[in-house]
Amino acid sequence: MMDLIANLISGLSLGSIYALIALGYTMVYGIAKMLNFAHGDIIMVGAFAVITTVSMLGFPPALAIAASVVCCVVLGVCVERIAYKPLRKSPPLAVLITAIGVSYFLQSLALLIFGSTQHSFPKVFSVPTLALGALTIRGDMLVTLAVTTAIMVGMSLFIAKSRTGKAMRAVSEDRDAAELMGISVNRTITITFAIGSALAAVAGVFYGTTYGFIGPYTGSMPGIKAFVAAVFGGIGSMPGAMLGGILLGVIENLAKRYISTELSDAIVFAVLIIVLMVKPTGLLGKRVTEKV
Amino acid sequence: MKKIFALALALMMVLAAFAGCTNGTTEPTEAPTGTEAPATTDPTPDSGASEPSAEGEKLVIGGIGPLTGDYATYGVSVKQGAEMAVKEINEAGGVNGLTFELLFEDDQADAEMAVNAYNKLMDNGMQVSLGATTSGACIAVTEEVQKDGILMITPSGSQKECVQYDTCFRICFTDPDQGNYAAQFIADNKIATKVAVIYDKSNDYSNGIKDNFVAKAAEVGLEVVSEQAFTDQSRTDFSVQLQAIASSGAELVFLPIYAQEAAYILTQAQSANISAIFFGCDGLDGVIEKIGADNVSATEGVMLLTPFAADAQDEQTVAFTAAYKAAYNATPDQFAADGYDAIYTIKAALEQSGAKPGDADFNEKMVAAMTAITVDGLTGTMTWSADGEPTKSATAVVIKDGAYVAYAAE
Repeated sequence: MMDLIANLISGLSLGSIYALIALGYTMVYGIAKMLNFAHGDIIMVGAFAVITTVSMLGFPPALAIAASVVCCVVLGVCVERIAYKPLRKSPPLAVLITAIGVSYFLQSLALLIFGSTQHSFPKVFSVPTLALGALTIRGDMLVTLAVTTAIMVGMSLFIAKSRTGKAMRAVSEDRDAAELMGISVNRTITITFAIGSALAAVAGVFYGTTYGFIGPYTGSMPGIKAFVAAVFGGIGSMPGAMLGGILLGVIENLAKRYISTELSDAIVFAVLIIVLMVKPTGLLGKRVTEKV
Repeated sequence: MKKIFALALALMMVLAAFAGCTNGTTEPTEAPTGTEAPATTDPTPDSGASEPSAEGEKLVIGGIGPLTGDYATYGVSVKQGAEMAVKEINEAGGVNGLTFELLFEDDQADAEMAVNAYNKLMDNGMQVSLGATTSGACIAVTEEVQKDGILMITPSGSQKECVQYDTCFRICFTDPDQGNYAAQFIADNKIATKVAVIYDKSNDYSNGIKDNFVAKAAEVGLEVVSEQAFTDQSRTDFSVQLQAIASSGAELVFLPIYAQEAAYILTQAQSANISAIFFGCDGLDGVIEKIGADNVSATEGVMLLTPFAADAQDEQTVAFTAAYKAAYNATPDQFAADGYDAIYTIKAALEQSGAKPGDADFNEKMVAAMTAITVDGLTGTMTWSADGEPTKSATAVVIKDGAYVAYAAE
């Protein structure tokens, strides 16, 4: 029983990291109608930004996290401006391939700068491990869970209440109509990329703290998993991304523990296939009827 | 827009040029060490007087190992250990009038790159091969060695197939043997009775040791309470495996894996307050460097089965460790000792056979000498059987305050 609870908590912590990344995927998809496959690598950049600022420049942890967020926001906006904006009117396939190209570019750049070795991630926050009888829970996992939940609630409020949030929803619903209403589509898309990248930076910090090491390819697997989470929950839907991410983390951990460590990824993807067969738009996705 | 592109491209080219520079400079650094050594022996009058014909004659030894990438610590250690032995031998006047020259190539622990490196070394006149440092790469190299028929002594290729051909020998233990020795050692020293294993299912090295460990454990009365696997796709998150081990009540966790994965496991185990002893094999060597200064406390108390301990008090080890520290500003690990012993094994085979690199039957003589010699090396007193396996005894080291300390039974 204790074992199950401990695995549930570590699954929730992993899932909330997935959810943070999936939020970025789903927001960009909802608003720019493109799959930003470079999103996973932004996590890696964010984590490396912390490593560089803490171990080389001696920044205090809070400042390093802020620097990492700024660095990722600038990178996200630059990537959008340089690589995606010129392709706004191109076929989706061209944008998709560009995104994959950006992903490889970021990985190779990191490889060039930091080398292929795994860098140990500095302890930006340390929380003692909780011991409740036979149950031990890692403190950093609880912090991850708490902070990501707060961010997700904040994001939902932001999208629902703020002017920018309304603009984002409007662009997501009908880009041309939004433009006619006086909403700057380009500005909204840029803001979306900035927010998505900031979330990725935070995810990078948590990923680094939980697992200890960062390499140039660290972002790719969580990136793919988060994409799956976004599709699982219904791509374009923010609550869907959160639900998808958290379910994915929990399913992955429980499958690892009770079925097979080697098969856990296969099981995760099998669940995805089953969900998509039953609900093609994902758990919380909306069915969009094409009007002729 | 175009300007930004041009700027980005220019930046990339500058970076690429820098990368080219560093690659370019690593190679020539080997050449001076090779050429320096003969230069110092040349002016010594007695070596020239006793063997006038051999002046300038040298034996070219080729080594391959990961000098960059995740497994670089192994290759760098082997290279440095071998370099030290070559330097000592050359300073003492060489063997039979020959001086040794060591060429070392990077393979990033990749089989294909290792074969390319081997071919490059053959082009550069290699006469004896040190095989490759890691098992997978070494097996690929043995296929080439078999075609050329030269003597190969791998310092650390521990998988069974690393010595599958007649001219192949090794310094380290085989993987299955490490599993047996580890179980035996744990039982003999009463370190634990309930043990768990975390192994890499996608890696032959890890599977080989694990299977033997589990089989031997049953024989010597150890109870394996949990077997946890991971794969190269899932080698970062060990929360589930560690949780399973914590609830299994294991007193010791056996880690037949490499240092990078162990670094993940140890840091996560520390965060999760897991108090079991971690026990590994030669793959765990170098874990202190991998884990980084920030997390070094996570390695406290980790035990390694190894034939070499840098702080052992015998004369040979003390001298080697001091010289190694002076030369490379690092504490030698088992791989460095393996590399060092491999060079001395070649020396012993040369002395035994009296062969000269020019001889038509040089390779045959050297191979024949291998089963006749006894080498009193850093990693123990070794003899070889015709199948290429060494016979020597195993000990363990414990990590204390970020350093390897010889294990003393209580």
